[in-house]
Amino acid sequence: MQAIANDVFRALADPTRRAIFEELTRQGEQTVHALTRYARVSQPAVSKHLTVLKRAKLVRHRREGRETHYRAQPDALTPMVDWLDHYGAFWRDRFDRLESLLERMNS
Amino acid sequence: MSNLQEVTRTLVIERVFPHPPEKIWRALTEGPLMEEWLMKNDFQPVVGHRFQFRAMPAPNWNGIIDCEVLEVEPNARLSYSWGALGLGSVVVWTLTPGESGTHLRMEQSGFPSEEGANYKGAKYGWQKFIGNLERVVGGME
Repeated sequence: MQAIANDVFRALADPTRRAIFEELTRQGEQTVHALTRYARVSQPAVSKHLTVLKRAKLVRHRREGRETHYRAQPDALTPMVDWLDHYGAFWRDRFDRLESLLERMNS
Repeated sequence: MSNLQEVTRTLVIERVFPHPPEKIWRALTEGPLMEEWLMKNDFQPVVGHRFQFRAMPAPNWNGIIDCEVLEVEPNARLSYSWGALGLGSVVVWTLTPGESGTHLRMEQSGFPSEEGANYKGAKYGWQKFIGNLERVVGGME
């Protein structure tokens, strides 16, 4: 569970991948060509990003002739939602900061 | 699947700090100190006071969290509503003095869960929230 969540976080930490994922969420299935036009980066770069998204199970693909079509799997965000819920990364991080602030404070 | 317990979730973080409650209270309620560990804010420890936390804006999110002070019990209990990206929740801080220091408990409740009718919306909200989580991801490497 933790490992999958980390993949999801890492995959979406990159703004281009996030944009590609959001585009797929908005537009439905898209070809690599269409995504390349949208993302305005090279096709090999888009393919690399799609591989990372695929590993995190955020997208699925199917081949049709010479084109590969990708679609978003928003359910893959569930581990992230759970992760946030269970591990409370945000607040843990803030608790750490609070701890160091308290150490710096005089009284 | 339709009772309130099942459609909301609660996040609890607890820690014991080797400091007196009065000192922790200051860190929880004095704006400039809160900014150092939490976020920029215009907080005032006054019930009914509306304020905002301001995080780094992210794609599709202006970084603003709208809040209202709900309870102020000096050195013991503080709560405020927490609204961001359509997710309404309440944050409750409880301070309990003990032998080894102060037990600080943060409870955030109100996250819609899978069973909730708003789950799709909530998921989309989290998706928008991702930009702000980059720091967390950075810390995980």
